[in-house]
Amino acid sequence: MPTAEHLHERIRASLPGAAISVVPNGSPSAQHGLLVGTGDAEAVARFLRDDPALRLDFLSNVTGVDHAPPGEPGYLEAIYHLYSIERGHGPVTLRMQTADRSLGARLPSLTPVWRSAEFQEREIFDLFGIVFEGHPDLRRILMWDEFEGYPMRKDYVTPDDYEYEPTPHDTVLERARAHDAPADPPPDGGTPPP
Amino acid sequence: MNTAEDLPETLEVSMGPQHPSTHGVFRMNAELDGETVVRLKPVFGYLHRNHEKIAESISWLGSMPYTDRLDYFCSLSNNWGYALAVEKLAGIEVPDRAEHIRVITAELTRLQNHISFLGFILGDMGAWGTALMYAFREREYVLDLFEALTGSRMMCNYMRFGGCRCDLPPGWAAAAGTLVDRFPRFLDELERLLVGNEILIARLQGVGRVDAARAIDAGLSGPVLRASGVAYDVRKADGYGIYPRFAFRVPRGEHGDCYDRFMIRVIEMRESLLILRQALDALPEGPIQNPKVKLRNFRPPAGEAYGRIEAPKGELGFHLISDGTDKPYRYRVRPPSLINLTLLEEMCLGHKVADVMVILGSIDIVLGEVDR
Repeated sequence: MPTAEHLHERIRASLPGAAISVVPNGSPSAQHGLLVGTGDAEAVARFLRDDPALRLDFLSNVTGVDHAPPGEPGYLEAIYHLYSIERGHGPVTLRMQTADRSLGARLPSLTPVWRSAEFQEREIFDLFGIVFEGHPDLRRILMWDEFEGYPMRKDYVTPDDYEYEPTPHDTVLERARAHDAPADPPPDGGTPPP
Repeated sequence: MNTAEDLPETLEVSMGPQHPSTHGVFRMNAELDGETVVRLKPVFGYLHRNHEKIAESISWLGSMPYTDRLDYFCSLSNNWGYALAVEKLAGIEVPDRAEHIRVITAELTRLQNHISFLGFILGDMGAWGTALMYAFREREYVLDLFEALTGSRMMCNYMRFGGCRCDLPPGWAAAAGTLVDRFPRFLDELERLLVGNEILIARLQGVGRVDAARAIDAGLSGPVLRASGVAYDVRKADGYGIYPRFAFRVPRGEHGDCYDRFMIRVIEMRESLLILRQALDALPEGPIQNPKVKLRNFRPPAGEAYGRIEAPKGELGFHLISDGTDKPYRYRVRPPSLINLTLLEEMCLGHKVADVMVILGSIDIVLGEVDR
């Protein structure tokens, strides 16, 4: 099993100038990551897949993450977990970060390298709003096409659709009352409608 | 007025979302030339409830019963996948007896999943009812065991970080042993009836072929990957739990067609029975839960972990990111059913529309997991 430091050296040697660094992982799992710059991501991915000693041919998982610490601009991230079926090792964690959390935040798509990313990158586009450049079919996948917003972002506000709840309970009724109450109290000081 | 030249040469058919052979609420937009599929686009999301977002708002342990609802046929496998990822994240040891119980329940889950699969795919081919009835008869015996152990037949919510929720009730291991002894007779009967059946061969062989290189590239996993000739099984590759202690083989197909995907499941059930017999014989006494783990107000250290298991439908992964609080910062499920559908269009192209149902059935999806 190649360590992240070892992979970092290998990539540095084979692709000089590639923007890549090791991201340490504090958990006992010790699955350290490799952060790759967006400009070099596809070249690094192809190297990891095709290098005869690595042969990371199986992309298992793609995770989208929204890093939104309060008071800071934050960024969005896509994390790829790679295994090698041929050599039997893994996981190798490859990470890419967007420049900011704006609505059109972009990352290069790795679907041309691993087809397995196709639905998973679509899902991240759908739920986080990362635009994967070079993806063959970037559409919403789980939400409907007309849906607005990106539900997995940390600042997403859930719509107040309590009226669809079949059996409203106390807190919901409370919210409904506040919603239905007139903006200004009645001039004669009467009680607001129940 | 339209003349024959004006009419389009192909017909668009929307299959699903409400149709018995879509195994849930799943839609395929197919474009047909005569009866031949020339384009097919899957449409997802009818069962989407943003499982991952919900998990971010509840405690770590609170997601455990929720994992039952991913692949609702295989709740015990899902429990294990989540528990395994959390145990990697927090560095938790699992007692030996709990590891044995996990293997036993996971393999029983595989048995009842594959047996239901056989019933369902026969239904997709038109043998509606009969095969499924016999399959469900056998599945009931497994579900009876689950009910005796966990109190629930499908929503088991049984595993915990560092062990299991409760010990085996008296006589449970003996009852499981009886089931393991009896099950091969049913498999013999099933193979005699089905495996050489002329109609089954005509409907399955050469249909929906995928070669090994494309299967790996598209991230197919589980029986679908093995049917394409790749003997890759997470139980062997990762050796998680105590699987390295047991002798079993990983079957693989040759042609990557629907027939191989069907047969892989039949053979895998026999291998599961081998594992079950070994695990039941080796079942030690001892605690079933690591006492150091505080399940209430559970706070793993900040960091992240990716853990995966060989679920009956493929590779089920959980990617968890902790910021040291009592809720996950990010909780991601790698759903095998969704990713196994990546090549659905390629599998169906050039086949008749009636084969689409069989190809979809041979992948063995469950919409609770596809849409999450």
